[in-house]
Amino acid sequence: MSSTVIEIIRQKGDGTEFAGRAAYEHPLIVRLCHWVNAVSLFVMVGSGLQIFRAFPSFGAKIPQKDLLHWPKAFAIGGWLGGALQWHLTFMWIYIATGLIYLGYEIFTGNYKQLLFTHRDFPGVWPMVKHYFFFGPKPEQHEPYNPLQKQAYTTVIVLGLLSVLTGLAVWKPVQFSWLAWLMGGFHWARLWHFLVMWAMLAFVFGHLVMVLLHGWNNFVSMLTGWKRDPEY
Amino acid sequence: MDLQKPSSAPVGKTENVEMAAGEGKARPGPAEVAAATPEPASERQREGDPKKISANSEAAFARLSRRELLKVAPVVLLGVFAVPSLQESLLKRGLGFSDWASKQLFRRGHLAPTFEDSDLTPIEKFPINDYDVDDPGVILENWRLTVSGAVQRPGEYKLAQIQALPRIRQNTRHVCVEGWDVIGRFGGARLSDFLNVIGADTSARFITVGCADDYYESLDMATALHPQTLLCYEMYDQPLTREHGAPLRLNVPTKVGYKQAKYLTDLKVTNILDKVGYWEDQGYSEFYGL
Repeated sequence: MSSTVIEIIRQKGDGTEFAGRAAYEHPLIVRLCHWVNAVSLFVMVGSGLQIFRAFPSFGAKIPQKDLLHWPKAFAIGGWLGGALQWHLTFMWIYIATGLIYLGYEIFTGNYKQLLFTHRDFPGVWPMVKHYFFFGPKPEQHEPYNPLQKQAYTTVIVLGLLSVLTGLAVWKPVQFSWLAWLMGGFHWARLWHFLVMWAMLAFVFGHLVMVLLHGWNNFVSMLTGWKRDPEY
Repeated sequence: MDLQKPSSAPVGKTENVEMAAGEGKARPGPAEVAAATPEPASERQREGDPKKISANSEAAFARLSRRELLKVAPVVLLGVFAVPSLQESLLKRGLGFSDWASKQLFRRGHLAPTFEDSDLTPIEKFPINDYDVDDPGVILENWRLTVSGAVQRPGEYKLAQIQALPRIRQNTRHVCVEGWDVIGRFGGARLSDFLNVIGADTSARFITVGCADDYYESLDMATALHPQTLLCYEMYDQPLTREHGAPLRLNVPTKVGYKQAKYLTDLKVTNILDKVGYWEDQGYSEFYGL
């Protein structure tokens, strides 16, 4: 569970001086899964919106009342058939990276540093105050703060829901029990759509935090090593 | 090469990042390093992680970072999907894999959900989808279904011969590839019963149908033999109207809408598909089982 921390020195005159620390935060499997999943999520959302364009409604076909007109420029696939090819290809990559990541986290026990539990409740409000109301930064003793844990736990749940709602839309007969749980095919399609927006909300927050936390933090998802960690 | 700590940090057991000979900076001697590290070893390091790495100079750390960066480089292989000349065949393979998985998921005995009469979409709100014309002008009195292929009794069949088979009525969901769905009431003969009548070789792989409007479709044999797959001549207990495919259409609740061909004129049992279906041949899923 504990990450490797190293200390870096630099040459000074005839001797050396302490130059900083670096923590190995993200194992290779996690980094690979993160980036492949990021690409596949991008394709799934883009092609999903193109599929949605074929019937941009969750009501009746007759009369059809469109919910919104999503611009074609912000979609992938060009036409319904093309978008389905992208969606039904990348869903396997999306599912595979999700399963490999989850399996790895469970097998190594690493999930414990990310899983939001009841012990994290007291720390949520101080973090919210810090992030949104300029409150003091709470002391941090572990790699992830309670709000991060909440976000990363939620997005895993959303990932699972995106697959389950997707399966219900793709196979409402073979997985009729799944579709039934969601209120039938019609509702499963709506849930699938809503889960996508929830994931996009996460991605937005995630990207904002990446920008706020600077270069070292971003690099750590590429090299695994985070220069000068806060803890 | 680890930082020597005044305390007993596990120096000797660490895996060092090799410094290339002749690299810019001279290696600091152990004493110098010790002098240069006023901080105590971090808690985590003292815990004794078995897999410790040391990169004790900026250059060594940069090298370590580059090496780790290279390890995630294979992600750029996903870029092959952006190469125009490869994209089409890759996506075709992806869709083919999904179709293969769909075939594995299909269970012949698993029935599509059926619904109460009160759940039905009124027939006037049951969409009429054509690729060409609402009414291809079938002369109903002269209509025959031409049967060919791997069957013992090929030839022309009248509607009455199909209607003589046990009539099945079912309220099932009709799902369009576009995403909309309606619940309709369908009546007709089981395709499996008709295959029996014509003496079809059910070890053949496919059923293909041709239509009066030149639409064409195909079904895998497992789906053709499914108990809810109908040669449908009724909707909402009335003979099929022209726009819904009179006099005979397919009703396949385990398949997406474009498989439910209307205005049937030909039926063939075959092992080879030279074409799959009107939409499939433009890039849609060949199996598309629900």
